[in-house]
Amino acid sequence: MSLELGRKQRLFKLKNRALRRFLSRPIALIAGIIILLFVVIAVFAPQLAPFDPAKPDFVSVRKPPSDTYVLGTDENGRDILSRVIFGARASLVAGVISVFIAVLFGVPLGLVSGYYGGFLDEVIMRFTDALLAFPFLILAVALAAALGPSLTNAMIAIGIASAPAFIRLTRGQVLGVKAEEFVQAARASGASDLRIIFLYILPNSFAPILVQATVTIAGAIIAESSLSFLGLGVQPPTPSWGGMLNVAKNFMNQAPWMAIWPGLSIFITVLAFNLFGDGLRDAFDPRD
Amino acid sequence: MLPFVFQRIFTAIPTLIIVTIMVFSIQRLLPGDPALILAGEEQDPQVIEYIREKYHLNDPMPVQYFAWLGQVLRGNLGQSIRTNQPVTQLIFQKLPVTLELALLSILIAVLVSIPVGVISAVRKNSFIDYLGTLFALSGLSIPNFWLGIMLILLVSVRWNLLPASGFVPFAEEPLENIKRMIMPAFVLGTGLAAVLMRQMRSSMLEVLKQDYIRTAQAKGLIRYVVVLRHALRNALIPVITILGLQLGGLLSGAVLTEQVFTIPGFGKLVVDAVFNRDYAVVQGVVLFTATAYILINFLVDIAYALANPRISLSGDET
Repeated sequence: MSLELGRKQRLFKLKNRALRRFLSRPIALIAGIIILLFVVIAVFAPQLAPFDPAKPDFVSVRKPPSDTYVLGTDENGRDILSRVIFGARASLVAGVISVFIAVLFGVPLGLVSGYYGGFLDEVIMRFTDALLAFPFLILAVALAAALGPSLTNAMIAIGIASAPAFIRLTRGQVLGVKAEEFVQAARASGASDLRIIFLYILPNSFAPILVQATVTIAGAIIAESSLSFLGLGVQPPTPSWGGMLNVAKNFMNQAPWMAIWPGLSIFITVLAFNLFGDGLRDAFDPRD
Repeated sequence: MLPFVFQRIFTAIPTLIIVTIMVFSIQRLLPGDPALILAGEEQDPQVIEYIREKYHLNDPMPVQYFAWLGQVLRGNLGQSIRTNQPVTQLIFQKLPVTLELALLSILIAVLVSIPVGVISAVRKNSFIDYLGTLFALSGLSIPNFWLGIMLILLVSVRWNLLPASGFVPFAEEPLENIKRMIMPAFVLGTGLAAVLMRQMRSSMLEVLKQDYIRTAQAKGLIRYVVVLRHALRNALIPVITILGLQLGGLLSGAVLTEQVFTIPGFGKLVVDAVFNRDYAVVQGVVLFTATAYILINFLVDIAYALANPRISLSGDET
């Protein structure tokens, strides 16, 4: 009973202190607001977009920004603002789901590897090294080539390629926490392996995994837009920021506005996730 | 030293074997008939049967794997369906272009990141430090293909200073080559510079806290001598490791950069191969890059151990 209470108090204190520290960082807070805005835009895209993002209008092909089309139109006369708004959906979905896949694979493997050690650890670590040896985009390109280009396959590829970071991180955390007194005490009191892993080790490894997940979302958004830019992610006419840039590069002389906004959207969103991740890392860092 | 080298070899070999199994599996275990995938758009049943025989596709999976591995070890990565050229030949044709791009971008990244990282650490929490951090985070967040497009818009389309795309071999026209490579190298180097700068700053801060630095300062040495002669050398070690680990990222970046600037390198080879469904080329490139990555990091580790006797003595630096 007292062990259980001690565990809960410890976690509560840690979270409370981290939250206070996080809220005292204005840049991380602003980043959080930008992320929230990005989520709202993605969710309410149909309500926010002034035009249908996929409907061509050949009367207004490649029109520069005006009162009607605030950010101009593309090569098919589609409103760029509406496409940028809808493009947020692909980025949000890709960012969240591929990180979910990476966590789903990476965290259990890291837990097992760190907790049990020995031969199993050796096998998982070599597998991780092998996965890390593939340049991320080349692996994703190869998988997209084998599976066929689509947003779903891009997310699977990004998820698999991002998993090693979580395997290593979780393993390192487990190795650190495993030696702590409260884990030793739980083991001495007869707690099962599963109970120790889920009640004692996992909650104490939560903070770094959360930080890594935030930063990985940033990476995943860039990765999705990169794959879509190469034509291996979201397929037209569905709007995505990377896909829009893929087309825009062919019209740099005639319609430079086509290239500015999708890229700027990726940049701001990814920057917000990176700043938010940095803020979380600082807030959880016990050394400061 | 020797135990360390052996230990590294013993971890590198299983990793390499797993890499080959993974590359093999991507092709064989995914949905769809591998013979049809290898045949590309060629649907002649005789050709497909020939491919089935040639790659042992009727045999059990382990037999297929070892047959394939045997070919790979002899340097045979198959043939391109499009050009009928051996994949190895294609790789070595395109590799120098990407290597030049990568080396130039590393040069730019190092020249920018080391000084900025050192100044940021020495003048911690100053305006320059904040500017450096902002630069690093922006470098990490900007999609390099977009940066490339924006640079082309400004430098080539608007100001007409540099050519927007294309490639000229260095051996033919060195000046023209540099003119065409400088912008792509800058674009590719930005992300790397950001990572290196952050690492340089944090490892410099770490080293500046050490006792021997305080001793050097107490002896009355001038600040910049302490920083440049005593601290920088040690602070550079983790930066070099990070550089080794970033090579994979650099290749990923090269895929995009080469696409934006139409440079006929490695990245363009693999993307074109994907669209041509030239699977042997895709597989060859993936295997080659992963193997190169493991070997380079192995060499970096060894070089590192040579430079730092503490690692080779303990033999288990992780």
